[in-house]
Amino acid sequence: MKNLLPILTVLAAIAALWYAAVAPMNIRGALDIAERGGAEVVPAESIARFDRSVWRLMIDNPEYIAAGYALERPRLPTPGQVGAELWKTTGDMALRGRALSKRSLIYHGWITLQSTLWGFALGTILGMAGAVAIVYSRVVDMSLMPWAIISQTIPIVALAPMIIVLSSQVGIEGRTVPKAIISAYLCYFPVLVGMVKGLRSPGEAQLDLLRTYSASGLQAFLKLRLPASMPYLFTSLKIGIAAALVGTIVGELPTGAISGLGARILIGDQFGTPLAIWAALFAAAILAGALVTLLDVMQRVTLKRMGMQT
Amino acid sequence: MQDQTNAPVPDRSTTKPVISAKSLDLTFETNDGPVHALSGVDLDIGKGEFVSFIGPSGCGKTTFLRCIAALETPTGGTLTVNDMTPDEARRARAYGYVFQAAGLYPWRTIEKNIALPLEIMGYSKAEQDERIARVLDLVELSNFGKKYPWQLSGGMQQRASIARALAFDADILLMDEPFGALDEIVRDHLNEQLLDLWARTEKTIGFVTHSIPEAVYLSTKIVVMSPRPGRITDVIDSPLPKERPLDIRDTPEFLEIAHRVRDGLRAGHAYDD
Ligand SMILES: Nc1ncnc2c1ncn2[C@@H]1O[C@H](COP(=O)(O)OP(=O)(O)OP(=O)(O)O)[C@@H](O)[C@H]1O
Ligand SMILES: [Mg+2]
Repeated sequence: MKNLLPILTVLAAIAALWYAAVAPMNIRGALDIAERGGAEVVPAESIARFDRSVWRLMIDNPEYIAAGYALERPRLPTPGQVGAELWKTTGDMALRGRALSKRSLIYHGWITLQSTLWGFALGTILGMAGAVAIVYSRVVDMSLMPWAIISQTIPIVALAPMIIVLSSQVGIEGRTVPKAIISAYLCYFPVLVGMVKGLRSPGEAQLDLLRTYSASGLQAFLKLRLPASMPYLFTSLKIGIAAALVGTIVGELPTGAISGLGARILIGDQFGTPLAIWAALFAAAILAGALVTLLDVMQRVTLKRMGMQT
Repeated sequence: MQDQTNAPVPDRSTTKPVISAKSLDLTFETNDGPVHALSGVDLDIGKGEFVSFIGPSGCGKTTFLRCIAALETPTGGTLTVNDMTPDEARRARAYGYVFQAAGLYPWRTIEKNIALPLEIMGYSKAEQDERIARVLDLVELSNFGKKYPWQLSGGMQQRASIARALAFDADILLMDEPFGALDEIVRDHLNEQLLDLWARTEKTIGFVTHSIPEAVYLSTKIVVMSPRPGRITDVIDSPLPKERPLDIRDTPEFLEIAHRVRDGLRAGHAYDD
């Protein structure tokens, strides 16, 4: 694989930058701990250190830089620490048969994945239905499209708590439904836009051909517009599922949620355990990567079976 | 024509024309003002005729074919196809159309592309297979049925699109420069096959070409057109017999008609300057 080298190079560069950033980010914490342990640091009081830049602190206390790489509650954990935390809350727990314990990220990831898939399904159906309506009706095109665009300009973090409150008002128990709605809200838009583009992709010549056969509107849809839209559909599904995951996590952030990766991020923030936040963040990224990759494979297989070059 | 007795043209006093245009006008309203694509076009095409349209680029050949196919609506005059409006004739699936570009669907194999009109018109699966095999053989693509369009050369794609138009039983075949992209030898071969097919099926064919020999070789009637506004400058009823081997192209009769077509084309250009 000749792609592997550039990918690894970029990864190595990111890791190197990250490691380098740990030193200035954690020097204060390291010095605080050292001071409490009775060691000599410059300057001695934490109030005085507050006014010093991290660079100055590093120059004055070079022997404590290394300690910043092994803090229990680092401001910025090292990739190694994040990896260890991730392993501790996933693989390690699974090995000990506690994969679905409330402390395991597998459990929380599963909760998030469920809502994401529900939201993705809902958003995809809405997006495709909207696209068909837009392509076949000028009136819908002119009345629906502006609202679809406006809907995406409203910050989802502002909307999410409202959706949660409203859905509990109408008697919906738990978070699964409101989370799925928030996630569908983010997901339907890329699907809508992609499908509109895809359904409109056949040229006049291809439509003329069907006209000479006196094909019905349904036949034109099934035999021309739908197959022609497939490459567009898969591209927007990949964007859509990533958006659905973001929506779910945002839906798990407002206080009250106790499970899901978003709730882990929030709880980690409240309890001052940055490692937990980072582990949850990485779990979310890995989940997103896996979902997008899955859709990518489905795209390749489908288009190949349709005989289209990709 | 003194030679009228030899002509294969059906006697038009008894047969009604299949396609009849009377002072047909079509003006496209464009941003740069109106474009007179067709102006005062009068033409009758009888059943079983092979009519070629020839003329400089932009003289309205494609536009006239599209009017017959109800893909364009004339802005003046009358046009009937099988005694119906073009739109009714289209809904009655009266014609097959071969476009200037092959326009095969990239997600369908050649077979499936040919099956497209058959599926739409509701032929049974067995009937579809039988017809696909027959027309693939006709355009000599039998070994390529399972291939996708991008695996074929441009000329092969064009042959596939002809096969697609021949797969169903339409009495009228409209062809817009179908052989423009082919080399001379294949073109000769397909011309022969087209004549053969025309003789066997008695289809009425409207055929656009830029090639004088092709027009003369194929047609019972040659329509010479000129641009700005698009109109008919000459209609030549061919005295050549229906049976036409390729070497008929060296006979004096053939060359005489070719001359007349060329003169017609020249006149159109002179008018233009
Ligand atoms: N949809 C359209 N809108 C505006 N003008 C058009 C349209 N279609 C054709 N025309 C114009 O009508 C005239 C006739 O075009 P047409 O395509 O019938 O020519 P043609 O004889 O087929 O030419 P060619 O030999 O190059 O194919 C041209 O001037 C063209 O620019
Ligand atoms: Mg043309």
